[in-house]
Amino acid sequence: MTATIPLVDYLVLGDQPHLEAHECEACGARFFDRRNACAHCSGTTFRPAAIPTEGEVRAFTIVAFAAPGIDVPYVAAVVDCAGTSVRANLINVAPDPEHVHLGMKVRLATYPVGADSDGTEAIGFGFEPIS
Amino acid sequence: MASDDLWILGIHMTKFGKHTDLDVIDLASEAAMGALADGGVTMADMGVLAAGCLMQANAPIGQMLQKQIGQTGIPVYNVSNACATGATALRVAAMAVKAGEADFGLAVGVEKLAGAGLLAGGSRKDDAPTWTPKGRYGAVAPVDGRIGTEIMPGVFAQIGMEYGHRYGGTSFELFARISEKNHAHSTLNPLAAYQKRFTLEEIMGDLMIAYPNTRPMCSANTDGAAAVVVTSGAKLRTLSLEQQRRAVKVSASILTSDPWTESCQVLPDVNTLTRNAATAAYEASGVSPADLDLVELHDCFATAELVHYDNLMLCPDGGAVDFFESGAPFRDGRLPVNVSGGLQSKGHPIAATGIANIWEVATHLRGEAGDRQIEGAKVGLAHVIGLGSACGVHILEKAAV
Ligand SMILES: [Zn+2]
Repeated sequence: MTATIPLVDYLVLGDQPHLEAHECEACGARFFDRRNACAHCSGTTFRPAAIPTEGEVRAFTIVAFAAPGIDVPYVAAVVDCAGTSVRANLINVAPDPEHVHLGMKVRLATYPVGADSDGTEAIGFGFEPIS
Repeated sequence: MASDDLWILGIHMTKFGKHTDLDVIDLASEAAMGALADGGVTMADMGVLAAGCLMQANAPIGQMLQKQIGQTGIPVYNVSNACATGATALRVAAMAVKAGEADFGLAVGVEKLAGAGLLAGGSRKDDAPTWTPKGRYGAVAPVDGRIGTEIMPGVFAQIGMEYGHRYGGTSFELFARISEKNHAHSTLNPLAAYQKRFTLEEIMGDLMIAYPNTRPMCSANTDGAAAVVVTSGAKLRTLSLEQQRRAVKVSASILTSDPWTESCQVLPDVNTLTRNAATAAYEASGVSPADLDLVELHDCFATAELVHYDNLMLCPDGGAVDFFESGAPFRDGRLPVNVSGGLQSKGHPIAATGIANIWEVATHLRGEAGDRQIEGAKVGLAHVIGLGSACGVHILEKAAV
């Protein structure tokens, strides 16, 4: 079986792929990056919090013009996962305003980004429509 | 005038556009000497200088300017605060005057951006030969385009769409019509980089950058500079009647940063800090949104203008679409917004923008705006926002003299 690695460390792979945030133990604020302290309350202790894998598109754009090497068009979005906002692309959907709309229900999905020189496959994530 | 009031004594902006033969120091000099002459003062009068040039944020831009127009030994503060750099320079000069450390302060913002492409997300590193987690997200490869977008037209597109999700009523066409308004306004502004009227069809049919923002719905990268001289009420009283008559009162000068909100590290929250700055500005000045005769707000993208109608409380909560549909923000409407043409047509030489918006309002309050004069303008508001984020709000009032 091919070795895999997540595109970012807050993507947890396995049987039930999901995102995991650092949740401030004092105030509950959630962050996806490595933390020094909480931006909301300055607390310094965090616990892992699994983010629900289903959500609703709160904002999106269809990027048609990007840096060389980035395939366009693609859909960049903010997904509200039961109160936690997540930045992601919308995938497995046609990148046009007829198929993507505000408020659409989506779920987390993973996809292979590519293999490196050692054959390790990086796995990315996006959100796809719940049909 | 109260002794501790803050006044704009002189102000100037250069033509925005492409200045092939001028470098940043030429442009900064033109703006600074223009503001000094406008105020009837000289470099020898200045007690403090604050300057910014975002693309040369490591350069001693203020001292480089002094070496062309007057090295008087005064303290220089070189500032950098994204698109709010100009407003930040003004805040520094204003604070020095308010603190009694200087009778006169000069603030300058300048940028050379003509022909620049995407300022963020304009390039992406190649993937490394082996996947190794790096950075604060432990990413094994660049994420722009894989996990959302870093390009500004896309970030601000989402900000406008998010407003639409919350309150409804937005559409590609609505955002395009906001842009149509500002381009129409620009035809009366000789200092705008572009003075071209676009039809709605032309705007919607132009090159799509990041839906729903097409190219003419994005701020224009241009060269330009703006500068302002501020002084205290106490000092202004000692000056000529003509200087007092043309002086513009700074009734509020506010700078905020973005407080934590749930989603602010996922998509920049440009709303809360703008609302906070506006609230503080209305409170400091005693001016209410209903008193405003014109507003220059930071329409870096057509999608941004809409949310700031609401953030600046020009309309009830959630009422930005109705505010636009009522015709209010058109130059013949109840509360004209961006009669300069805004950043989409006037241009957006980043560090100059946060002073140029104040120049626009001040020029109307002085009754010197020529063909685009908003008749009888007495009170105006200038807003600027830099992602990161920083927000400047200034409320200006016509002199009573
Ligand atoms: Zn906290």
